[in-house]
Amino acid sequence: MEYAKIYNQAFASFSEGEFVNLVAMLTALQNQLFQLPGGDIFSQILTLVIYAFIFISIFYGQRIQLYIMLREVEGSLYKLKYIRDEGRRIAIETIKEIGKPQTDPTVRVDRFLEYFTISPQSLDPAGVVWKLEHILDVRDTRFKDEVKLIAPAADETQANNLENTLEAAMALNYIYKVIRHYYLLGKKTLSLYIIMQIQMILPMVMREAEAYASALKAFAYGQPIGDGVGALVAAKLMHGYPVRKIPKDCVVATVPFEGRTAYVIKAEGPGGNVGKPGDAIKTIIEENEGKIANIIMIDAALKLEGEEIGEVAEGVGAAIGGPGVDQFKIEETILKYRIPINAVIVKEDIGDAVSPMRKEVFDSVDKAVERIKQVVLERTKEGDKVIIAGIGNTIGIGQ
Amino acid sequence: MGQKSASSSAATKVSSFVLLIIFVTLAVALAALVLAVQAYSIGNDVVAVYLLFIGFIGVALSTYVLFQTRQRMMRLRIETPPITTTIECKKCGFKNVREFQRGDYIFKEVEPCQKCNEKMLITAIYREVREKGKTSFPY
Repeated sequence: MEYAKIYNQAFASFSEGEFVNLVAMLTALQNQLFQLPGGDIFSQILTLVIYAFIFISIFYGQRIQLYIMLREVEGSLYKLKYIRDEGRRIAIETIKEIGKPQTDPTVRVDRFLEYFTISPQSLDPAGVVWKLEHILDVRDTRFKDEVKLIAPAADETQANNLENTLEAAMALNYIYKVIRHYYLLGKKTLSLYIIMQIQMILPMVMREAEAYASALKAFAYGQPIGDGVGALVAAKLMHGYPVRKIPKDCVVATVPFEGRTAYVIKAEGPGGNVGKPGDAIKTIIEENEGKIANIIMIDAALKLEGEEIGEVAEGVGAAIGGPGVDQFKIEETILKYRIPINAVIVKEDIGDAVSPMRKEVFDSVDKAVERIKQVVLERTKEGDKVIIAGIGNTIGIGQ
Repeated sequence: MGQKSASSSAATKVSSFVLLIIFVTLAVALAALVLAVQAYSIGNDVVAVYLLFIGFIGVALSTYVLFQTRQRMMRLRIETPPITTTIECKKCGFKNVREFQRGDYIFKEVEPCQKCNEKMLITAIYREVREKGKTSFPY
């Protein structure tokens, strides 16, 4: 009696046609969801499959997602292993070809690939830059000594190129090992969040690994790379003028430039070398007792997606990457003498920066030179002294 | 130049067991399709529909896996784009473009000019990249 009352209240507002439709819909729904024992065999199987699907999705959905992610990471890991092995093979072949070692260099190369550097303690940050610089110097000396031992017949340029080749192989080895670590950890713990983290950054990691893979070949053959665009700009400006070596691993040429005297600085090429532009700029400023009207730094910079490769932009500040030691030194020196600093950058992505120089980047050199001229004309007076520093790896670029 | 890309490596090989499974699935799926036609011709429509369903699923799955395996093999090659070296004579302007050779570097003095016998200079080393499927970007 109560049910009839509720029923009448609920459906009183429906017209007769609407009521018939509603009843038909409910019947169809009931048939779809609960009609297991009746109907033909196909419908019964389908119903069972739907139930099984819902059950699996509810209770095992996350686990299935985990396995899909693991499989995706596994695929990338497979590719990373291939790239790592190729990197190692190229490094060993290049050492055998150039260095003419007496014994098989494989064992030494494998040991080199496992080298690590411990960054200094920064609990008390005062003076950490000098500690970091010392550690990096020790690392650099160690690498150079190791290359000399592995490849005794290599000249200075070739030794620098080999050092860069081994460093690229080392980076590939490290990327592979980190991804493998998280993959195995995720598999062991079946934690969605460990796998999810690695799966999310995987596209960026793969891009970086592919960039290092192409860098490896460029280093092995001594080809100019995208990062060397700053050094190339400086080389274009100083070519034909006498150059002298300045600390550390850099060269400088005194060039008459738009009625001013320009000290053009770059790392010493054509071997793979970035030098220490911080020391070089400091040396030139101190040689001139701080009487420098302006400093212009040229470097490659990472472009944002959507920006054109080889786009030239201008700004202020020390345009230099790396661990920060050189930037710190430059900033300290210009602060002491109150010298204004300008920057010209050439935009490219990470892949272009470490792989053989693209035509677009090469063509941007003339645009960068024009921009430097503009800055010099606008920011300095005739007869002033300026420093033009081309930053980057000078592999494949002479002077 | 001797820049040979990836030679045969364990990573590029496809397991023969996987290939066997793919081809067996493909064969079974094709057989199911043939049987479906036969069942339809003798008037057994329900069986024909099931066999057709199984056949299509089998063909689709095996071709997809085969395609993916091929794609993976293609992806596992490190591409080495051609690098161009431009040599110029500063005196007469004669220009020579050739493939990069080990030992080349920008501003290196190389062989004498064919026209004026002056020493030529490497003025450019770069790679040209053809962007695949680059579409216009309205933003």
